[in-house]
Amino acid sequence: MIRRALSKVASALVFSAALALPVHAETVRSYPFTKAAAIAGARFFADHCSACHAVSSLRYNRLAQDLGMSEAAIKQQIMLPGGANYLKGMRPAMTQGQAKKWLGMPPPNLSHLGRALGSRFLFTYLTSFYWDPERPSGWNNHVFPNVAMPDVLAPWGGVYTKDGKLLKPGSEPRRVYLQQVADVVAFLRYASDPSVFERRALGRYVIGAFLVLAILAYLLKKDYWRDIWSGSRTTDKPSVGTEGSRTGRG
Amino acid sequence: MSKFGDWFNARFPAREMMREHLTEYYAPKNFNILYYTGSLLLLMIVLQLISGFLLMAHYVPTSQDAFNSVQGIMYDTKWGWLIRYMHVDGVSLIFALLYLHMGRGLLYGSYRSPRELLWIIGYLIYIMMMGEAFFGYVLPFGNLSYWAGQVITSIIHAIPLIGPALTTLARGGPGVGTATLERFLALHAVLWFLIIAALIALHILALHQVGSNNPDGIEIKDHKGPDGVPLDGIPFHPYYTVKDVFGVAVWLMVFAAIIFYAPTMHGVFLEKTTFFRANPMVSLPDVTPPWYLAPYYAMLRAVPNKYVGIVLMAAAIVLPFFLPWLDRCRVRSSRYRPVYRIMIIVMAVTFFTLAWVGEQPPLPKYFLIERLGAVIYIGFYVLLPIVSTFEPVRPVPERVRS
Repeated sequence: MIRRALSKVASALVFSAALALPVHAETVRSYPFTKAAAIAGARFFADHCSACHAVSSLRYNRLAQDLGMSEAAIKQQIMLPGGANYLKGMRPAMTQGQAKKWLGMPPPNLSHLGRALGSRFLFTYLTSFYWDPERPSGWNNHVFPNVAMPDVLAPWGGVYTKDGKLLKPGSEPRRVYLQQVADVVAFLRYASDPSVFERRALGRYVIGAFLVLAILAYLLKKDYWRDIWSGSRTTDKPSVGTEGSRTGRG
Repeated sequence: MSKFGDWFNARFPAREMMREHLTEYYAPKNFNILYYTGSLLLLMIVLQLISGFLLMAHYVPTSQDAFNSVQGIMYDTKWGWLIRYMHVDGVSLIFALLYLHMGRGLLYGSYRSPRELLWIIGYLIYIMMMGEAFFGYVLPFGNLSYWAGQVITSIIHAIPLIGPALTTLARGGPGVGTATLERFLALHAVLWFLIIAALIALHILALHQVGSNNPDGIEIKDHKGPDGVPLDGIPFHPYYTVKDVFGVAVWLMVFAAIIFYAPTMHGVFLEKTTFFRANPMVSLPDVTPPWYLAPYYAMLRAVPNKYVGIVLMAAAIVLPFFLPWLDRCRVRSSRYRPVYRIMIIVMAVTFFTLAWVGEQPPLPKYFLIERLGAVIYIGFYVLLPIVSTFEPVRPVPERVRS
């Protein structure tokens, strides 16, 4: 595991150094995975990704519950006009048929992609697009060559050439832009593992309860075992059918 | 109460069983931390039964709906994630406990006479667990499940003459699909589980017939008091029951920490490729087994010839059955056998190195490690009868050290 991770990091470093890409200077690790980030990501996702991508496993009401948003906020900020049902999974604005016609292939459902590909990959992928006039869409990607998806984030992040030259600056400072991408990745991570915030909030209480049990059990055990350690009770047989000598102890 | 108790016990030997297996079952007083593993395994298997039952109530065993039904448990079912993570992480923890439990047997010579049958039944449980884990692994029908199902059932294909027919029987058709899921569910939840449960009962009965070994590997029954009770034995209940409750509480803290904070254990307990739907058109770059089966997979891969590889893997799985007769030393515990202790440490390091390398993609740079590992693993069993005949032993104490 460690070796694999190290070799991945090493190859990523070599790769980015060779291409001198500014986009690889940052990874998703610099951005904490929080509920706030997932909410910001969900809003951005609804505005700019939901046109094509479904998150069919995640229902809007579940989203509301997990992220602590009101039904009104979800309906206003997340749900697309027309077709979306509060009790059903997140659906895209375009139909599968339209997507196939316009983009060549239907964009993937993103329900489980956050987990299947991992946050680190998604962040690097979203920030690794470059301008490639030879592709039908005009876009290509360093970590996913010949990908069908265009660089939807270019208006904010800017347009780069393959060797990292800035063709057209984006509308946002780089730091703000990367934060925005990290928010989308946070949302996708949450969407692929919707129990994550609930789990993290509960975990300490569950472990705490078992800790209390462990302490009590340890004290009880210590009390029972005191005479084993002193060597006094190795041969006396407990009386049959009645209460043992130990049980009367307070 | 006592009147009802008398009435009841005249008709059912509850008190007798209680005495035989708990209050008058004398266990050595020098058990160390490794002796928690037995009771923890029992706990974990009961938890698997409960979580498995609840999962099955939501699971649909068809190639069309299996993946969605499992995701429905994760997204739409109240506490569904808790149940599924319990079941998934429980498997890895059971195997971790099994390896500690068996490693303890190796360390203290618990497989030696008169505990041969105890060891064999226990090892059978381990082999059945591998099957149980494999069937369960296929059920969620992610892409890894599909390809693992294909690859493992194709091992049967190598059996001469009846191989192809057996493969079709195992899959319920030419490929892995609905019929496979249906029969794997039946095997996983009914037949295999019942066999494992029965073997566990036999394992405990056999243990109570011969008595527990201990870290010193000496027989406590050799030194009995005037009342016939071993001098170094203490009643299992209340001493070890109260101790095991403490062990259970600590263990549940570990279990909860994993479930709540690292349920996939970074792809080790629940692999990333299981989050893609099963797709016969998209093969995985490398189909690696879960970590607990990876050592055998590494040995299978160590040989370029499929048949020889399968024979090597089968040998690796079968050899531990013969341990009680391969070890000829008059001393049991590795505490008093320095050479044997080194052999076990080398073996343990080899086993987990094989587990690590079995998870790696099949690249030439790993071949040497795989082959060296396979040679050391098999070499342990080849050398043991020779080494144990001549190895130096330290003086063994008369009574257990506490």
